[in-house]
Amino acid sequence: MPNTILKTESLTFSYPAEGAPKSVLQGIDLEIEAGTFVAVLGHNGSGKSTLAKHMNAILLPSGGKVYVSGMDTADESKLLDIRRTVGMVFQNPDNQIVANVVEEDCAFGPENLGVPPAEIRQRVNEALAAVGMYDHRGHAPHLLSGGQKQRIAIAGVLAMKPKCVVLDEPTAMLDPIGRREVLETIRTLNRESGVTVVLITHHMDEAAQADRLIVMSGGKVIADGVPKEVFQHVEELKAAGLTVPGTVALLWELRQAGLDLPLDALSDEECAQALYQILR
Amino acid sequence: MEPIIETQKLSHIYSAGTPFEHIALDQIDFSAQKGEYLGIIGHTGSGKSTLIQHLNGLLKPTSGKVLVEGKDIWQDKATTRWARFQVGLVFQYPEYQLFEETVYKDISFGPKNMGLNEQEVDRRVREAAGFVGLADSVLEQSPFELSGGQKRRVAIAGVIAMEPAVLILDEPTAGLDPVGVEQILGNIRDYHKAKNATIIIVSHSMEEMARTADRLVVINDGRIPIEGAPAEVFSHGEELEAIGLGVPQMTRIFHRLNALGVDVDPSVYTVEQAKTAVMELLKRKGMM
Repeated sequence: MPNTILKTESLTFSYPAEGAPKSVLQGIDLEIEAGTFVAVLGHNGSGKSTLAKHMNAILLPSGGKVYVSGMDTADESKLLDIRRTVGMVFQNPDNQIVANVVEEDCAFGPENLGVPPAEIRQRVNEALAAVGMYDHRGHAPHLLSGGQKQRIAIAGVLAMKPKCVVLDEPTAMLDPIGRREVLETIRTLNRESGVTVVLITHHMDEAAQADRLIVMSGGKVIADGVPKEVFQHVEELKAAGLTVPGTVALLWELRQAGLDLPLDALSDEECAQALYQILR
Repeated sequence: MEPIIETQKLSHIYSAGTPFEHIALDQIDFSAQKGEYLGIIGHTGSGKSTLIQHLNGLLKPTSGKVLVEGKDIWQDKATTRWARFQVGLVFQYPEYQLFEETVYKDISFGPKNMGLNEQEVDRRVREAAGFVGLADSVLEQSPFELSGGQKRRVAIAGVIAMEPAVLILDEPTAGLDPVGVEQILGNIRDYHKAKNATIIIVSHSMEEMARTADRLVVINDGRIPIEGAPAEVFSHGEELEAIGLGVPQMTRIFHRLNALGVDVDPSVYTVEQAKTAVMELLKRKGMM
C-alpha cells in the first residue's frame, strides 16, 4: 500500500499462563492505509483487543512484527514517537479521565509531551471543539454523561495530534444516545481531519459505517473487505459467534426461503427498497 | 390478582432542598405480576435505576409506597429485610462486585447471609450455578481467573442462589458479544421458567427487550409515558424517537414499507416476524 500507517507481519501473541502459554493472536498480516476508517469486529476473546494493544506498543509481539509509520514497535527508542502517532481510547470513560476540569484533563497528554503552554491552550481548544465539547471546557467530568465523558477521552487523545486513533469498544458502556454521539465524533474526525481510525467493536451497526471491515475469530483474520461484502458471509459470521445487521439477516432468511433478494442492502432504506421491489 | 410488587405514587428527589435538587421519580405507579417477564426501558438519567433501587429497599421513597406481596416494605425493619430476600437485584457490571476466593464461596455469600443451613446453601449454590451454565469444575476456581462473560454469570448466580421471587437485572447484557448476550438471556429465561419467578430487566436496547419481554414499561423524566405489550409500545414510534429511544430496526423498515404503499402490518419487531409477514403477504398476492 502506498501510504501505510499500520502494518503487522505474521504477528503472534501469547499471554503467559500456567502450563502452556495462551495463544491469542495466531499470525496476523494487515496493512492499514492512512486516512481510512477501519472497523475490527470479533466476539469476546477473538483477539481484537489484543491486536489493538499492539498498535501503539502497549503490547509487544511474541512473534512477527508491528510497524507504526514504518517504526518497529519493538524498538524502544521509538516508543515516544509511536505513542505520538497512535492514540488509544478505551472502553470505560471513567478509567481514562484524570483531572477535575474538562480542559485540564484534555491538556494532560500534550503537557506530558512537553508542548509549550500557549500551544497546549490552542490544541485543547481545537480538540474540544472537534468533539463538540468546547462549551463544557470548564465543567467537572464526573458530572457529564457517559457519551460526553468518552468524547472528552477522545479529545485528550486528539490534543496529542496523533495521525491515528485506535478505539477499543468505546461505546460498549454507553446508551444509544451516547453511542450515536461518539460514533458521529469518530466519523467527523476521520472525514474532516483525515485521522486514521481503527474502531474495535462488536456492534454490527457501527462496523457497517466503516470503509473497511476486518473480522477476527480465534486469533485470526477470517474476513476483510468493505462492510457490504463482508456481511454477505452470513454463515461464516454466525459460525464465528457474530450476528449480521438485522437488515442482512432478514434478506438472508428470505433468500433461504427462495426469494430473489440482494444481500448487500445494509441500511434501513436500502432494505425497505429491496423488499418494496418484490412486494409492490 | 394482587401484583407481587407495586409502587404507589412513588417519588424520589435527590439532594432535596439544595441547588442540586433533582426529581428522579415523579409519582410513579408501577406494578409487576407473579411470573411476569417485564422490560423497563429508558435512557441514561430517565430514572430507571432509581426505580429499581426502590424495589428492594436500597433507596427510601421521598414520598409514596413500595409494596411487595401487598406489604409496605418500610412498615418495619423486619419487613424491609424480608423484602430484600424476596427481591433480588443484579447491578450493572456485577462482575466487578465479585470478591471471594472461589466461585463457590462467592455464590454462597447471599444464601449464607439468609441464615440457611450448610446443606441448603450447597443445594442452592449448585442449582444456581446450573442455571447460569457454570460447570462444577469452575466452582473451585478463583472468580478472577474467569472470562468477563463467565464472571457475570457467577455474579448473577449469586443473586439467583437466594431464590428471589422477583429477579431484577440492570443491563445484564451490556458489553457482551452476541453469543454472550444470548447465553445470559437464556440463563434468565431458564430461571424464570423453573421458578415461575417475576423477571424485571432494565435495558436501553429496544431490540433485545422486544424479543424477550411480555410487557414493556418506558421510563422518561421520572414518569411512565408508555407501557404495554411490545407491539403496542412500538406503535408509539414518534414518541419513542422524541424520548431518544427509537424503535427496533424491523419496525422502522416496515413503517417505511407502509409509507411506500405496501400493505404490511408495521407492528413487527423481530427478524422472524418480519420474515413471516413478507411470506404471508406474498402468499396473499398469490406470488408464492
